Amino acid sequence: MNTETIFHTLGIIVVASPAALVAVLGLTSLIGRPLRESAIESWTYASTVVGLLAAIAILFIMLATDIRHVPIELGNWVVIHLPEPHHNFHFHLKFVFDRLSVPFVILSFLLCGTVGAFTSRYLHRESGYRRFYICYSLFTLGMIVTSLAGTIEVLFFGWELVGLSSALLVAYFHERIAPVKNGLRVWAVYRIADAAFLIAAVALHHLTGEGDFDVLIGSGSWPEGQASLTANQALFVGLLLLVAAAGKSALVPFSGWLPRAMEGPTPSSAIFYGALSVHLGAFLLLRVSPILEMSFWLSAAVVTIGLLTAAFASITTRVQTDIKSALAFASLTQVGIIVVEIGLGLRYIALIHIIGHACLRTLQLLRAPSLLHDYHTLENAIGEHMQHEAGLWQRVMPVGLRSWFYCFAIERGYLDGCLDRFIVYPFRRILLFCDSIERRWTDFLSGGASRESDEVPVHEEVVEELRL
Amino acid sequence: MVQLHLPWLELTIITPLIGALIVCRVRDPERARRRTMLVTGLTLFLAVGAWEDFRTLHTFEAHDHWDIVSPWLGDDAVVVDELSAPLLPLAALLFFLTTLATLRTKVRRFPFAWTLVSQTLVLAMLSCRAPWGVIGLLAAQTIPPLVELRARGRSTRVFLVHMLLFIGLLAGGWAMIEAEGPKSPHSIWAIGMLIAAVLVRSGCAPVHCWMTDLFENATLGTALLFVTPMAGAYAAVRLVLPIAPDWALQTISLLSLFTAVYAAGMALVQREARRFFVYLFLSHSSLVLIGLEVVTPIGLTGGLCVWISVGLSLAGFGLTLRALEARTGRLSLADYHGLYEHMPSLATFFLLTGLASIGFPGTVGFIGAELLVEGAVEVYPYVGMLVVFAAALNSIAVLHAYFRLFTGTEHTASIPLNARLPERIAILTLSALIIGGGLYPQPGVVSRYHAATEIMARRSKHLSAGSASANQNKHTEDQD
Repeated sequence: MNTETIFHTLGIIVVASPAALVAVLGLTSLIGRPLRESAIESWTYASTVVGLLAAIAILFIMLATDIRHVPIELGNWVVIHLPEPHHNFHFHLKFVFDRLSVPFVILSFLLCGTVGAFTSRYLHRESGYRRFYICYSLFTLGMIVTSLAGTIEVLFFGWELVGLSSALLVAYFHERIAPVKNGLRVWAVYRIADAAFLIAAVALHHLTGEGDFDVLIGSGSWPEGQASLTANQALFVGLLLLVAAAGKSALVPFSGWLPRAMEGPTPSSAIFYGALSVHLGAFLLLRVSPILEMSFWLSAAVVTIGLLTAAFASITTRVQTDIKSALAFASLTQVGIIVVEIGLGLRYIALIHIIGHACLRTLQLLRAPSLLHDYHTLENAIGEHMQHEAGLWQRVMPVGLRSWFYCFAIERGYLDGCLDRFIVYPFRRILLFCDSIERRWTDFLSGGASRESDEVPVHEEVVEELRL
Repeated sequence: MVQLHLPWLELTIITPLIGALIVCRVRDPERARRRTMLVTGLTLFLAVGAWEDFRTLHTFEAHDHWDIVSPWLGDDAVVVDELSAPLLPLAALLFFLTTLATLRTKVRRFPFAWTLVSQTLVLAMLSCRAPWGVIGLLAAQTIPPLVELRARGRSTRVFLVHMLLFIGLLAGGWAMIEAEGPKSPHSIWAIGMLIAAVLVRSGCAPVHCWMTDLFENATLGTALLFVTPMAGAYAAVRLVLPIAPDWALQTISLLSLFTAVYAAGMALVQREARRFFVYLFLSHSSLVLIGLEVVTPIGLTGGLCVWISVGLSLAGFGLTLRALEARTGRLSLADYHGLYEHMPSLATFFLLTGLASIGFPGTVGFIGAELLVEGAVEVYPYVGMLVVFAAALNSIAVLHAYFRLFTGTEHTASIPLNARLPERIAILTLSALIIGGGLYPQPGVVSRYHAATEIMARRSKHLSAGSASANQNKHTEDQD
């Protein structure tokens, strides 16, 4: 068995292990034969351990053989042969193991495994236990596919899986309205950002003829590739990808969804918004970083958004009254700094920063439910309440300005308010006006009230036997 | 003339008609449901047989063995080709699953005999390429819903006005085309009337209100079966696409694009589940029209793929809504219902079909949506991006409806509400097609690509023949 075959086999195992978990958990639920908790736990452990071991094996072989770029070609998922061969449509299934994807995949397996193990105790006998693990398996698959994607279409595939699982887990406690509303808000932001991603993917297809990253960022292995686009093309595609990254990583101006996402159970908050999902935007920018070098204005935009996000999150985190929101904004501060590093071309530093930060935040968020217990332990140990001394800003800043900053921070920069006031509400008002015009038109044609739906009761207690 | 091995098409068309004659004599609704299920099941088998037989012939079109219709009505009266081959079993499947998933609580309301008549008309239309045949069958399809609206004592005026407009424009437009002969381009009036007819039947804004009105007043099953086969798109492909100049197709595309965005936005603000479904459907059917009218190989293939995926997924989505309505009555989207704990499989299926309709990865709509966006952006680089925006709005609307119906509160039920066995069968069948088609899309995409190339070849042939004829006429006039 030669090295290439070993790489191919291991690469397929890395992708197939989370896919198998999705298939097992999803299909058993769909056919109405859901697995027991212990079986779900076993499948989750097995999938994570197998995937992790295969990824580590690839890392060791890459180090031993000094191979830095391992493409795993699975052929074309879909291909349409057109009369002009250069216009062929193909969806190329390709995964790449390189200096960016291998650390990210190992990190994903490690943290997903940790959170999977934590959750098996944390959500034990919860009614939504299976639902959590189905979303969790979708998320793991999405992360692995996104990390290893060798083409922009494959990356989009994984990206979407992460988005859906994220929104559904925010709404995990779905018998209450607040988590559901917040889940929908997260989904809405993701979808708008995903639209930018899809347009970028299509634009790349048109500009380069395909979505392969090898063509896009040059044949050199990451991070040495050279983009084959002009500066203007790079600026256009790069800005679209920046919007996609900003949506996924909650960068300014999309930061409003991050504290809302904390409505989900703690394990999902840890893995999504402390560790992996929140870094996915930064990962995308790292993957396409050769494009950033092509345009000064694009790099400047990345740095600016990173700085704004870091400053905003740093201010906002100081006034949060619950630990998960405080940790979310603290995470965002670091993500902002990571984005600045990427914009400045410090790619390895950004990668190391992501790995270290993800591990720290996972630990902090998993400890969050026992924070008060930890505080009590500390205070018992020192024998008094812990003192909070005034910081530098508190001492030098005028009271009026401090109040303004406080309001700004407690309202989370008015980002959600602005979004609602200037985009959502006007859009909704226009649509409701159109709806009223339609009502008048159908009433006129019918010669009376035309909508039975107006009589549909809201919040009526229904006894099903009577309806039947 | 290539022939199938059996008269599959004629049998497919005649079976539901005979079934309708049998069922209309049955008084007991439960027995009528069982017989209708049997007939639609048999029709589905025959339609799949026609598709499979056609597939093995490796040809673009085929006629029935022992074809008794062609000598009387012409070669194009009953024929299967690359376009219609998968649409026949798709339509038959929709009728079968709708009948199968009709609960006992609804059998008294649901008009089984008329449903079988509708099935005959839809299958006959999909097997017909003769223009007047398509026009006649499209007109006849409006009768069963009209009869039901009258039987239920509802106002038929909105539906009637729009359908009369549609039939008048279509018949008038085609009569003018025939009167003008094979010249190219045809007069702006003739083409304009055909375009307007297609837009009315497809429910393009602002002539879409008949569809919301139909869903308000007819049974959900009847309304679903009237709109989901997308007869407007079929009329566009058979009657408009081969002869229309580029400006006409661009007009349809741009109006469809507007409708796709408008309807997606309207789906977001609806306060009732049926109306939400109509707008979601309108947005998707407009996306299909965009793909059909951009007339590039990729765009047309995308449009045909989305046609199939939307037909499957939104029919499943509509059937789930129907199953919910059968349990709780009409559903408000202004509040939360929290039905998940009582019907997890229906909730999962609702989400799956909704996601499939928006082209979520791993479902049957994914590749079609990608092709559609590629095709639209290729022709209209900036405006085409609105297709992506419409898809984003649709996806938000789908999850919004899911959360409203299945989450947000704890629903108290005194009886079990989960899916019954027939509903489970329908759910699993559609789920298998949606996920299977998503994971292994190549055969479906290639089949649609072949259909697209043939449609484009017919169009080029017609336009070049028309140009030659026009040049010859001009030359003769010059000589005179």
